[in-house]
Amino acid sequence: MRWWQIKKRDADLERELRSDLELEEEEQREGGVSGEEARYAALRAFGNPTLIRDQTHAVWSWSWIESLARDLRFSLRTLRRTPGFTIIAILVMALGIGANVALFTVVRGVLLKPLPFHDPDRLVMLYEAGALGDDTTDTNVVSGGMYAEWKKENRSYSSLALAQDIRVGLSGSNGQLPEKLKSALFSWDMLRTLGVQPALGRDFTQADDSPTANGTVLLSWGLWKRRFGGDPAILNQTIELDAAPYTVIGVMPAWFDFPDPSTQLWTPVYHDKPEATMTSLNNHMFRVVGRLKPGVSAAQGVADLSLISQRTHNAHLDDPFVFRGASSRPLLEHLVGEIKKPLYVLLEATCCLLLIACLNVANLLVARAAARRKELAIRTALGGGWLRLMSERMMECLMLSAAGGVLGLLLAFATLHWLSQARHDMSRVDSIHIDGVVAAFTVGVIMLCALFSGLIAAFSNSDRHILGALHEASRSVGGGNARATLRKVLLMLEVGLTVILLVGAGLLLKSYERLRSADMGCITQGVITMHLGLPDARYATPAQRANFYDTLLERVRALPGVDAAGFATLVPGQGYEVDSTFNIVEHPPLPQGRGLYALSRSADPKYFGAMGIPILRGRTFDGKRLATANEVIISQSFASQYFPGEDSLGKHLHVHGQNAVIVGIVGDTRYAIGETPRPVQYFSLDAGVENVGTLVIRSSHDPEQFALPVQRIVSEMDRDLPVSDVLTMNQLLGKSTQDQSFNTTLLVAFGSLSLVLAAVGLFGVMSYIGAQRTTEIGIRIALGAQREQVMRKMLLDGMRPAVFGLVVGLTASLAAGRLMRDLLYQIKPLDPAVFAAVAATLLAVAVFACIVPAWRASRLDPMKALRAE
Amino acid sequence: MAKRAQQRVGLLQGTLDMLILRTLLHGPAHGHQIGKHIQRTTNEFLQMQHGSLYPALHRLEERGWVVSKWETAPDRNREFKYYRLTDKGRKQLLVEESQWKQMAEAVARVMWPVPEEA
Repeated sequence: MRWWQIKKRDADLERELRSDLELEEEEQREGGVSGEEARYAALRAFGNPTLIRDQTHAVWSWSWIESLARDLRFSLRTLRRTPGFTIIAILVMALGIGANVALFTVVRGVLLKPLPFHDPDRLVMLYEAGALGDDTTDTNVVSGGMYAEWKKENRSYSSLALAQDIRVGLSGSNGQLPEKLKSALFSWDMLRTLGVQPALGRDFTQADDSPTANGTVLLSWGLWKRRFGGDPAILNQTIELDAAPYTVIGVMPAWFDFPDPSTQLWTPVYHDKPEATMTSLNNHMFRVVGRLKPGVSAAQGVADLSLISQRTHNAHLDDPFVFRGASSRPLLEHLVGEIKKPLYVLLEATCCLLLIACLNVANLLVARAAARRKELAIRTALGGGWLRLMSERMMECLMLSAAGGVLGLLLAFATLHWLSQARHDMSRVDSIHIDGVVAAFTVGVIMLCALFSGLIAAFSNSDRHILGALHEASRSVGGGNARATLRKVLLMLEVGLTVILLVGAGLLLKSYERLRSADMGCITQGVITMHLGLPDARYATPAQRANFYDTLLERVRALPGVDAAGFATLVPGQGYEVDSTFNIVEHPPLPQGRGLYALSRSADPKYFGAMGIPILRGRTFDGKRLATANEVIISQSFASQYFPGEDSLGKHLHVHGQNAVIVGIVGDTRYAIGETPRPVQYFSLDAGVENVGTLVIRSSHDPEQFALPVQRIVSEMDRDLPVSDVLTMNQLLGKSTQDQSFNTTLLVAFGSLSLVLAAVGLFGVMSYIGAQRTTEIGIRIALGAQREQVMRKMLLDGMRPAVFGLVVGLTASLAAGRLMRDLLYQIKPLDPAVFAAVAATLLAVAVFACIVPAWRASRLDPMKALRAE
Repeated sequence: MAKRAQQRVGLLQGTLDMLILRTLLHGPAHGHQIGKHIQRTTNEFLQMQHGSLYPALHRLEERGWVVSKWETAPDRNREFKYYRLTDKGRKQLLVEESQWKQMAEAVARVMWPVPEEA
């Protein structure tokens, strides 16, 4: 019977009853009973029609929907009767499901959803490769000259476009302060290559992308809203970038975040970059995106470009920095590469957590089923079908999972909201949404959980030895042995999974600590850093720039409380960024096309002192402006790598077409946290070639107090010059460990959660075992067993699965740790301290979870226990 | 599941089904007629409870032992819901009949034992 037919059937039944009742009435009348009397007599003979209808409905209700509804009502009643159990089970499910849904949403949004570009599978990120034969140069950024060669000669790509991240100063107007913004230079065909249109206005044209064209700019949606009030009249207005005029020609859609999420402006590259840069073969600075022609594979494309590179390399053997090959990665992989691995580790962790949650609910259900064994046995004896009992159990699990799922979805919602706030720097964070697919996934997870925990629970009491059960139950000798074993196995699995999670969390935590305490080779306490960039338009000559730095440093050092101040293009922790090739003049010449290379920075003479980078030998720059252009200071590892067993002081490096004498050797620093120090060459800032850099101020008092005074000095020197990234050294390093700290936080959260769940599991099961063995323990005590003995036995019983689980978990962690190797810094996946700490924590929790029920059991009053029977 | 539940519910219900099926052997009839027929035939010994008659009829229909149809009664100018025995119903009647016979004999043997032969 289908439910939608019931209404029709009901009308039919009513008609049937009415017609038969009327007949009865007629017959009564024919039998001589008069009017009203006949009616009542008929009704009497007939019985209550409503009751008949109800009873007939009962016949129809052998339909699945009604029987489900009945199971539902029954399980609701059962669950309501044991609110403690229900609440714990729902919370456990909510945590498991919530975490899973949240992470699935992230993984889907970031890794699985296609890029919002046209035909995104054909988009690749292109690199130069193979110049120096080490892994950092296999995916190197591309030089303008090589890009030009590729673009001209290749047959594999329907278009090649180029981009570079820069920072620009947006001048204030109408009382707004100037602002430093992350910006990108695009070749005019970048948006066409991606297959994206501006939301407002127009795309760049080839005419915009030339040095002689007027400046044009595309705004990001966010900047347009924030800075220009979302006014469409912004189109065709002029704004000032680095003190030069640019006309706003369009606004990009809100979701557009290429090349990275914090980009706020796009300008044409050939308009901004000098021609020399765009044709240079050894100045590598651009990201190149290619769109493969239909039918051309990524490998074919790379082979094509490599041929061009090799040819170009051979034609410029005098220049060691012309790369020999090309490589590519799918654009999606390039954008999410960093986040992929940690996401998968986290996803595994959440699956672990969900499994723990399911095991826990199953365990609680099994334990409760054991307590309800007598009831179930009686029902079976009265003819309660096995299937019926099983479907009730499943319904119960479904209710718990569904309630948990709904709560979990709310939890996931909150988590994702938090995540998108906390990790706005993460690639594609905007594509993370709870949508239909996620909702379907949630329903799937709920069903799976119900099925999993339900089946375990259902099979645990599927044995049909009714009499045996009744017999046994009447004597209260613990619920069947098989069931107790199942419970212990479940518990063991749960503990094992928890151990895996805890070990993972522990490893990450320790690795993070190592990372944060890694020696950067400089002072990190009491130092504040600020970013400055001098626009070419106003600081065209080296003398102008050097003059600006001099004046600025002089005024900053005069501020009360400043212990030292310095300026460098890049400070430790700000990344690899710039390197350059050199030859050592005193050494025999290298074969053609070969060169040495090292990181390259410019600094003022007092920078080393301000950052606490020790001068090991020689001296710092002598501070005579422009005279120091041919001096270089090298780092310790530079000396040991390129001058092994000889004195490097006084030797000459041939760099950028001129010779520089080595005047000093300084201590090693790390260009990023977690990286090993590499050779660095420092040139004098006084040469004035650099137009961007970082001001560092050291103070024994709170260094953050200098943020405002320095900004004031800068704006007094140049009203339109913004200061950006005002960060203490600790914040700066914190930024570069953000991924690790984020992953660690999450995994520690999962670990603690699972520990709580495992404790709940242990506690719950121990309590049930205790409750069930009340009589047995009563008898033991009555027969003279020592309470300590009882307690010890209970404790051992509970601890055994925990210890087994611990062993299993630790073993499995050895395998799981291998997965995490890439996420770890300076520790091995098998870290004895972490393993020991996890084991100790888990044992402590297990003892606590077991000792309370055991203690309760040992306090039993034997008389009371026996009388309860 | 259904079968087991039914065996359990008791003697009367099973019996009622059998009585209805037997009644319908004479030909199609509507609910009232069936009830009256059973009452009359047993000399009013079995007072027909409509509360169980209609559910029973619908149950038999669910199982495909009877089919129903609205038809105008020949003696009255009105439509009634007529039930008719199906082939499946006929077979079921045979089964129930033999079961009933066995049951009655078994009960009788206990209640009125035949004296053991010497």
